[in-house]
Amino acid sequence: MFSYIVKRLGQSLLTVAIVIVSVFLLLRLMPKNGYFTREDYVSLDKEARTAYLRNLGVLDDPFTQFSRFMSGLAKGDLGRSITVYPRSPVLEVIRDKAPYSLWFGLAALALSMGLGLGLGILMARYKDSIVDGLGTLYVTIVRAIPSLIWLFFIQQWVTALLGWPMLFYEDRPISWILPTISLALSGIAWYAIWLRRFMVDEENRDYVKFATAKGLARGRVMRGHILRNALVPLVQYFPQQVLLTIAGSLLIESIYSIPGMGGLLVNAIRQQDNPLVQALVLLYAVLGVAGVFLGDLLMALVDPRIRLADARTKGGEA
Amino acid sequence: MRHTIPDVNPELFKPARFDEAAAELSGYARYSYWRSTLRTFLRSPVSVALLALIILLVGASFLYPIVSPTDPNLVNLDTSGWNSPPSREHLFGTDALGRDIWARTWYGTRTSMLLGLVIALFDVGIGMIAGALWGYVRRLDRFMTELYNVLNNIPQTVFLILLAYIMRPGFWTIVVALCSTGWIGIARFVRNKVLTIRDAEYNIASRCLGTPLWRMITRNVLPYLVSVLIMEAALTIPYSIGSEVFLGFIGLGLPVETVSLGNLVNQGKNNFMLYPYQLTWPTLVLSAITISFYIVGNRFSDASDPRNHV
Repeated sequence: MFSYIVKRLGQSLLTVAIVIVSVFLLLRLMPKNGYFTREDYVSLDKEARTAYLRNLGVLDDPFTQFSRFMSGLAKGDLGRSITVYPRSPVLEVIRDKAPYSLWFGLAALALSMGLGLGLGILMARYKDSIVDGLGTLYVTIVRAIPSLIWLFFIQQWVTALLGWPMLFYEDRPISWILPTISLALSGIAWYAIWLRRFMVDEENRDYVKFATAKGLARGRVMRGHILRNALVPLVQYFPQQVLLTIAGSLLIESIYSIPGMGGLLVNAIRQQDNPLVQALVLLYAVLGVAGVFLGDLLMALVDPRIRLADARTKGGEA
Repeated sequence: MRHTIPDVNPELFKPARFDEAAAELSGYARYSYWRSTLRTFLRSPVSVALLALIILLVGASFLYPIVSPTDPNLVNLDTSGWNSPPSREHLFGTDALGRDIWARTWYGTRTSMLLGLVIALFDVGIGMIAGALWGYVRRLDRFMTELYNVLNNIPQTVFLILLAYIMRPGFWTIVVALCSTGWIGIARFVRNKVLTIRDAEYNIASRCLGTPLWRMITRNVLPYLVSVLIMEAALTIPYSIGSEVFLGFIGLGLPVETVSLGNLVNQGKNNFMLYPYQLTWPTLVLSAITISFYIVGNRFSDASDPRNHV
């Protein structure tokens, strides 16, 4: 167990390192004039531009830049934003924005687990009935239609119908409801469809037939046997889902103008804000890799049949 | 110890006649994988109807530009023709520049379908080969797993924006960007499938019986993979169409002068308050396509599972 954890930690570090280095190098391929805000580029002359770039340190060779980034990282300094939030420390930017995404994400995750697992159980319990059909219809709509479209229609129609504010206001809790629900809709569909599938799979197993033949009530078989086993493959994804709530949702945050993390990475990349991009990629890579790692541990914890040494070679389910 | 045999009816010991019809009833030899898959698939009227709808919509989008003289980019210089509601002349109305939305919808569907098909082709093609190698060559496993972790953790937007710089935003930029991360998901799926199939009991049995490799591949492994791959291809199309809409929204999609479903949705969205038909009609066509592909893909994957054939 211990040696497995050490080995996995080493592997995770390697993955994070590769991601960081490749993103770092990719960023250096961008054209130099992307580092200027539009006004700066027009107002500065050629010499001033070179001086500005030298000041930023982007004229040094990538290796020097990388070692500077790493030594800053060791001191807990992620640098300052260049173009998106000129001259503010990256850490401060993240600290201001992350809570919005985190709280919305956690609320939506709780909602999607509650409703999604409930829907999945109902769909499996009453398979091929009207409940199952309606659930499938919902899942199909959410998963097949591009989310931008239904998110937009929900915002337009529901706010018009109920007279709720169309955008997010921090001091008006009623404006928090719609973004949370919108955020949860695809999660509900995800939990419902997978739980249903795993429960239906379990239902055909011999041990379930045996339990039924012994005379156990159907509800008891469902709760004690089928549900417990069907949840195991889903547990694996839970840590990652929790950790990555911090990344926010680009679409929902921009539709409701929530000042969260969602659009930050895209903006940072487009405006070539290297320190911001690097910090965000580092954050997301660490969280993503940690999530997969914790997911494997959690799965072994929940299901005693899974031995950790096998987890890597088996590679899990797709 | 001796047992005496009691009197048994000698009728029971007459040899039975060979009954050809009864033999075929259980005859696995006449089992054809594809015929059974097709039969199971076509049994459901919903699948057939949606398949017909797909053929109709895709056919219409490819035929319309040939048949109709309407130019989807023709700007109406007369302001009275701008934002006109649906009418006999303009079935879906016109947009803020007086362009015919009916024509734009079909041209856009064609662009988006082409995009989806090309992406599906590349994703599935590369994913299949890489996944098969990943599953069969054990030494590749470490490298591919690491590659998978890395590709999964590099934000797609980084690729996309870099590619936009190198190649300019356009059709092939989106293809490369979506495929560069899409193939490995399919490869991983194929790899897991190959791993389980390769060591499944019936394959070990075949190997012990000395079945030649090509027969094992064509009869034992390929049927499972082909159905999975067709399903993946079918599901990649709604995914690519959705991605194109999303990329248009964050400003990294096809250039605005290209007519595509993503651009239509994003343009229609901006005028939704005043002219809702500019969004709703193209959206209906788009949703019909993505939902049909999604359901048909899922139905086909159910039908292609040999366990559902009996």
